[in-house]
Amino acid sequence: MAVPLSYSFRNLWTRRLTTFLTASGMALVVFVFATILMLAEGLQKTLVATGSFDNVVVLRKGSNSEVDSGIERDKASVVETLPQIATDKAGDPLVAKEVVILITLPKKQGGSSNVTIRGIGDDSLQLRPQVRLVQGRMPRPGLAEMVVGSSLSTRFSGLIFGSYLRCGLMSWRIVGIMDAGNTAFSSEIWADANQVMQAFRRPVYSSIIFKLADVVKFDAAKSLIEGDPRLSLQAKRETKFYLDQSEVMAKFLKILGVSLTVIFSLGAVIGAMITMYAAVANRTGEIGTLRALGFQRRAILLSFLMESLFLGIIGGGLGLFFASFMQLITISTLNFQTFSELAFKFALTPAIIAESFAFAVIMGLAGGVLPALRASRMNIVESLRTS
Amino acid sequence: MIIPRMIMKNAFRRKVRTSLTIFAMAIAILAFGLLRTVITTWYLGLEISSASRLITRNAVSLIFPLPLSYYDKIRHTLGVREVSYGSWFGGIYISEKNLFASFAVEPKSYLDLYPEIVLSGPQKADFIRDRRGFIAGRKLSERFGWHLGDVVTLKGTIYPGNWDFVLRGIYKGRDKNIDETQFIFHWDYLNETVKKTFPSMADQVGFYLIGLTDSHMSADVAVEVDKMFKNSPAETLTETEKAFIMGFISMIEAIVTVIQVVSFVVIIIILAVVANTMAMTTRERIGEYAVLKTLGYSGLNIATLIMGEAFVISFLGSLLGIVFTFPVAHYFSTALGTYFPVFYVKSSTVLFDLGVAAIVGVAAAVIPIRQAIHIRIADGLRRIG
Repeated sequence: MAVPLSYSFRNLWTRRLTTFLTASGMALVVFVFATILMLAEGLQKTLVATGSFDNVVVLRKGSNSEVDSGIERDKASVVETLPQIATDKAGDPLVAKEVVILITLPKKQGGSSNVTIRGIGDDSLQLRPQVRLVQGRMPRPGLAEMVVGSSLSTRFSGLIFGSYLRCGLMSWRIVGIMDAGNTAFSSEIWADANQVMQAFRRPVYSSIIFKLADVVKFDAAKSLIEGDPRLSLQAKRETKFYLDQSEVMAKFLKILGVSLTVIFSLGAVIGAMITMYAAVANRTGEIGTLRALGFQRRAILLSFLMESLFLGIIGGGLGLFFASFMQLITISTLNFQTFSELAFKFALTPAIIAESFAFAVIMGLAGGVLPALRASRMNIVESLRTS
Repeated sequence: MIIPRMIMKNAFRRKVRTSLTIFAMAIAILAFGLLRTVITTWYLGLEISSASRLITRNAVSLIFPLPLSYYDKIRHTLGVREVSYGSWFGGIYISEKNLFASFAVEPKSYLDLYPEIVLSGPQKADFIRDRRGFIAGRKLSERFGWHLGDVVTLKGTIYPGNWDFVLRGIYKGRDKNIDETQFIFHWDYLNETVKKTFPSMADQVGFYLIGLTDSHMSADVAVEVDKMFKNSPAETLTETEKAFIMGFISMIEAIVTVIQVVSFVVIIIILAVVANTMAMTTRERIGEYAVLKTLGYSGLNIATLIMGEAFVISFLGSLLGIVFTFPVAHYFSTALGTYFPVFYVKSSTVLFDLGVAAIVGVAAAVIPIRQAIHIRIADGLRRIG
């Protein structure tokens, strides 16, 4: 026969202060664990959502980001004629030849950071269905006009709709604000490609983006581009391209997160162990009584394990509860790889919930095993005598 | 004299509990120490940067170059002692995983401006003489097993193609905090090749480094240089090395803030564990405190007993943690060498650790002391367990 669950539960309630301290220790560990996973996940999610699976990015061979890359106009016109490119209603290919540069702008909260300016072509907007204008209009070709990503306009000073931004010896009018949800485009400024090339004296494009007519034709397009000795270019699926850009940061965050959690969880397990040892020591008499009443050693073991399991569940629940509020926070920082500002949110996924909860339960159990074993091994007569 | 003895006896009465608490404290201090080390590492660049060196770069952003023709103009500015220049190369050695910084610089003036890069006389001469030569930091050459005279090929990310270099010198840092993982080669070599392949990128430098005759003149010189190129196609931004590096740090501020927040969370976790132990201990001993009160011990004596016990636990734990911090930090510096070229525990971190131990000791003892002092003797004696 098993000891009723309520026995374990009420015992935790009787010793509220200790239960609370132990569970909150665990909750903090779960909180840190979940938060860092959410941070890495959010970063990756942002960059993955930025790319579309049927879009292809063409860069110069050997370059890792659009800023490093350079594609001469003659090479660009070769790429434009690939047969795998999708066409719009009018029969024109869906291609955008873009130029990407970085400028340094002051942040509202002080300091400054690098911001991406993307010189766009006619099809750029059509190739990025995630991008939506929330205010104003797109820049007209041939005019010094810009649209600013919504994350930028809230974080950087001077990027207000209708105002002018001076850079590259030109005055750019901000004619629109665009919102691209949780994607990297929300942290970019878009302007006409030819204007950007002229203002910043860039004679070459940075990248060419096109849509595949058929999703499966990527390999054909890739081998045509990379096999052409005139070009020395490389092609990547847009999703892969943006995923690669998050690699260094995401790896850094994960290493940091895992090593911290390992260290912290040791601390929390010890906390649970202290609490459970005390629970066993204080109830020696009770345990003796239970045994005398006919409860098996196994039942006692199980009962104390349940108690520490409850501790873990309370800790995990509390930790996740607070971690879920982190989703409201947006972090804006410099991506090491692209060297430009990127805003992203903490993302809580079912996988992270499951992992954190499993982690909390394991911590609770690990802390409870030794004390529960001690409780189950007590001698009936001796334990009754000590009380 | 009896009180210190009682403190020690009390602290180790429950051996398992006390040693577990000390262990938990040690782990938390270890985590705290490592996090502080990560933060101090980030600011290390700031520490070694000199206020008597200026950096001039394109005002638009770092990715835009400046013409080489600025060199003479800057050199003739009042207060300028020496000028060097260079470009960020961003080379890849075999695989993208092998991250390290690679620069092309004008070697003679660069080494003059950076006395913290220590190179033996013959190696320095060899390096300056050989246009294809490069110098590498001690750690970098050890990591890849390069020896003097070896030919090393980098793949250019900004400047396409494969580039061959000959190792002419291995430098050491003058101080512990100097980055020994850099790859430095001749700017002329870069420029000559670029002239042939990408003429539009030739005679362009990424940055100018300015050594001053007098560090008090830094603001004047910076303004003077920037004024010279105002309204030109390539306007400049000149700032001290310190301000330049601070600008970098502020770009990744969010990450630093996250780490800082986490290191405070660690303190709270330790506090929860130690406070828990103290709370349990006091609850068990309420009867004893009542007996002590009956014997004439004052509230202050009892407070000293509890506080002393908390301090014994927190300080033993933190000492253990500090001892462990050093080998673990050493392990991290080998495992994470690509992220942190220089990674070592500073003495200020150890002081912080001890400060945390003191705070935890005091905070953990406060509630139990209140309970123990306020309990009435009769109530305390009546209470069991």
